[in-house]
Amino acid sequence: MQNWRKILFKEKAVKYTLAAAASMSILIVLLIFTFLGKEAFGFLYEPGLKELFHTRWMPVSSQRESFGLVPLICGSLLVTTMATIIMIPFGVGASVYIAELAKPRERETLKPFIEILACIPSVVIGFFGLLIIVPMVKKVFGLQSGYNALSGAILLALMAIPTVISISEDAIRSVPKDYKSASLALGASKMQTVWRVIVPAALPGIITAVMLGIGRVIGETMAVMMVTGNSALITGNPTESVRTMTATIAAEMGEVPFGSTHYKALFCVGIVLLIATFILNLIAFKILKKYRMIG
Amino acid sequence: MKTRKMTSVLIALAMSFALFAGCSKKDADSGDNTFITIKGSDTMAHLVASWAEEFGKSNTGIDVSFTGGGSGTGIAAILNGTTDICAASREVKDKEIKQANDKGITLTELVVARDGIAVIVNPANPVNEMTIEQIGKIYTGATPNWSTVGGVDMPVEILSRESSSGTYSFFQDVVLNKKDYAVSAKLMPATSAIVQAVTENKGAIGYVGLGYALAAKGKVKIIAVKADASTPAVVPSDASIKEGTYSVARGLQFYTNGEPTGNIKKFLDYCLSSAGQKIVQETGYVVVK
Repeated sequence: MQNWRKILFKEKAVKYTLAAAASMSILIVLLIFTFLGKEAFGFLYEPGLKELFHTRWMPVSSQRESFGLVPLICGSLLVTTMATIIMIPFGVGASVYIAELAKPRERETLKPFIEILACIPSVVIGFFGLLIIVPMVKKVFGLQSGYNALSGAILLALMAIPTVISISEDAIRSVPKDYKSASLALGASKMQTVWRVIVPAALPGIITAVMLGIGRVIGETMAVMMVTGNSALITGNPTESVRTMTATIAAEMGEVPFGSTHYKALFCVGIVLLIATFILNLIAFKILKKYRMIG
Repeated sequence: MKTRKMTSVLIALAMSFALFAGCSKKDADSGDNTFITIKGSDTMAHLVASWAEEFGKSNTGIDVSFTGGGSGTGIAAILNGTTDICAASREVKDKEIKQANDKGITLTELVVARDGIAVIVNPANPVNEMTIEQIGKIYTGATPNWSTVGGVDMPVEILSRESSSGTYSFFQDVVLNKKDYAVSAKLMPATSAIVQAVTENKGAIGYVGLGYALAAKGKVKIIAVKADASTPAVVPSDASIKEGTYSVARGLQFYTNGEPTGNIKKFLDYCLSSAGQKIVQETGYVVVK
């Protein structure tokens, strides 16, 4: 009897420990939100929220310091959009090939390489970008300089593609075999089956994969800082230099005087970034949930 | 990897404790400092730290410690009497001299090294010399094409350091005449990235420490700078920076309260000695002696 009680107690202890470990992440998210908010809060008084809508980001100036987030948001948006456009065909194409068309032998060679690409540190990818992508973009598009949004987008797509491939491959594989058999039995060719039956059936999963890829792109810092040139321009032109939110925080946080307006402004940038990734993940999560219900 | 990280953190912690322990070890009896504190410019951090280390080797019993925080912080510290020596990469402002006088402190300046900033362009660019004003206009965006300053018809790509860099502010004060950088200026994360970008683009212009510019010889061209239209163009070199004829340079100086005496004087003498000035050269700055 005594032994039983001991075991029961142990079980409970283990259960609560695990529950505590699991809820840690909730606590951490809340803490991050609280502290970001706390540091940024002072900005509302001095110089006020209106300053964030200014069209100039010029934090170090003898004339007038401006902390407009518009160029930074514009920069992040441009790089992310471009990266998404590049990432979708490569990511989805590769996943369709690996899941449906590749022979087992090919799959076994391809998958490890994709996984290696996924785990290359972003600084290393940045080096690659600096030495290969930047001169290449300059040459191919006949530009004066390769330090622009396009170079950043190509690098970021490169980093996000492995994520997109593995998640959408899972989605394609989890499409029931019956769909494929039925389609083939009706006389559809292999390609018709893949593009008209399997991919549409796996679409929610593929969208989720792309969303998570975008999440990675928005949050990436090092590689993008090395190749985009970091001019705080408001532009929709991919061949111009842009300054992303992440690069701004990384470049300026180190030397900013503690508690200054500039310091608070950087925390405001952090909050905007956090909200953006939060929304993206929320959408991805919603789709994934719905998809599981259908699948 | 993780354990190694932990160990280094622990070592760092232990070292900082040792530093604090050192602070309380002031020798009150002999009337002379066996513990010299230096505070100020981050630009000079590497230089002063190297001096302190070498000085400590031959002068056991005298501890020299350096804390950064910027030139302004260092000057404030010497005015408050919380440091023996202030390291500053700029000269004291009139306001600060007045504050010192009010507190009965006489700031004594000693230039210990010089730092020159070279303006670099691509070797294919025909422009060889410019006035400070012309360079300033390029950087503020007023001159977007090389043809205006005697070059070929080619748009300028402006390269700068990040705004967190001390060199960014120094260049802004001296060359841009305190105006803002052009919004289109590309802010590169490192000096090496500026050199790299200048080698790639015929229309690029950048500024880097003289040491870096000389190391990249052949890949970039150093612009000769005229202080104004009537003065001759000066190429930055150890000699021209030492003489003060090259305009985009600054002195790196120590400030003490009154004439230095005892161990502080000993340390300052060491900095200006040939051994000390050799370290200046090794850390990429220009000697004063």
